[in-house]
Amino acid sequence: MSEFIEFILERHSDILTVIWEHLYISFIAVIAGFIVAIPIGILLTRMTSISTIVIGMVNIIQTIPTLALLGFMIPLIGIGTFPAIVALFLYSILPMLQNTYTGIRGVDPAMVEAAKGMGMTDFQILFKVEIPMSISLIMGGFRTATIYTISWATLASLIGGGGLGYLVFTGLTINNKSMLLAGAISAALLAVLADFFTRRIQKLATPKGLRN
Amino acid sequence: MIRFHRVSKTINETPIIKGIDLHIHEGELFVIIGPSGCGKTTAMKMINRLINPTSGTIEVNGEDISQKDPVQLRRGIGYVIQQIALFPHMTIAQNVALVPRLKKTPANDIQKRVDELLSMVGLDPESYKKRYPSELSGGQQQRVGVIRAMAAEPPIILMDEPFSALDPISREQLQDEFVRLQQTIKKTIVFVTHDMDEALKIADRICLMKEGRIVQIDTPINLLQNPADDFVVEFIGSDRLRKNLREFNISSRETKVTELSNEKLPRGGVT
Repeated sequence: MSEFIEFILERHSDILTVIWEHLYISFIAVIAGFIVAIPIGILLTRMTSISTIVIGMVNIIQTIPTLALLGFMIPLIGIGTFPAIVALFLYSILPMLQNTYTGIRGVDPAMVEAAKGMGMTDFQILFKVEIPMSISLIMGGFRTATIYTISWATLASLIGGGGLGYLVFTGLTINNKSMLLAGAISAALLAVLADFFTRRIQKLATPKGLRN
Repeated sequence: MIRFHRVSKTINETPIIKGIDLHIHEGELFVIIGPSGCGKTTAMKMINRLINPTSGTIEVNGEDISQKDPVQLRRGIGYVIQQIALFPHMTIAQNVALVPRLKKTPANDIQKRVDELLSMVGLDPESYKKRYPSELSGGQQQRVGVIRAMAAEPPIILMDEPFSALDPISREQLQDEFVRLQQTIKKTIVFVTHDMDEALKIADRICLMKEGRIVQIDTPINLLQNPADDFVVEFIGSDRLRKNLREFNISSRETKVTELSNEKLPRGGVT
């Protein structure tokens, strides 16, 4: 135990650096995923004929083990932070895409009909009715994606992407339990914090009339 | 006001509406009734172009609606549906103000209009404006649904079984309030229902449909006195026929009296 505290005190600036790296790669991946997944999810609700194909394809990406996907990145775009972000980005898409799609499809058709019958344009129906009514589910997808990405980002160091995985895997290799623990505990804490904050965001994004 | 000219609708080669002609007069409460699948809702939804006819034309105020922009057309026609469909993420005031806002009515006018409409159906504006639909009872929600359709002062209102999802007591209450309301606003209302009691109670004229065709269009009293064929008799039901004829005969003598006593009644009770 004292060994562990000593390690923390001695190496705190290094630890903070990898925590920063970890957050950085996770967030860029999730934000990029958000920017891509939400519009595609919305678009798919307008093109139901191809939606099963697209969601199926994204599902396939999801079934590739994380480690294998990271491995794929090496011949394609080499090693380092960028390939790690690309891999995590691909992973983050599915939960957000799926929730956006099911959220908007799940809006009561009577609501959409009422909106249309009252003279809203398709654009107004989307932004004033469908999105507000499914935003809670959409942001739930964002939450899932964020938490997953933060845990998966631990593997990024395997292709030279940095992050807390560096402490975990180096600790394992050189049999330094303190280093291993510092990495593992930090990663777990980050995931818990991410859960807390994304839960808040989800709640704040939900319109008042729809909060229970 | 609204004129159907040889209107037909075929969906997946199944004829839903088989060439109907129809003239709905200004200021009348026109009820379309019939068994399920008779095309009554389809006929109504063609008026605001939620459904487009396969052939034939529909005119509103002498203008062929197929030539009009559907969005603009709909903003001039109120719409109330069975599922009520108040938007749960908007307050009562926001729901009522929706169409005037789409039409870019000045905010001050909208405020005034919302208060006026809420008072009209017995909902105190101060206590209800800021509430959300989930905080209201079913009957209150549909009162809001009805005034939402009236907010932009459309000359025409379409109502698709607006009261059928309510409990019997609220339904009766809303029907009574609605009849009273219509006496003051005198809109052209197209009202779809499958409930003959409701139709007889509220209609100026009833249009009975069967399998995509119109069987009879008449005033309630004429429908009861001179049913066009056996189907009409069957649909009204012989019990109801006898009972309502008796009541109509009594009520036509008593109209004067009831009108007077109605004046003294408090308007729009809150449930």
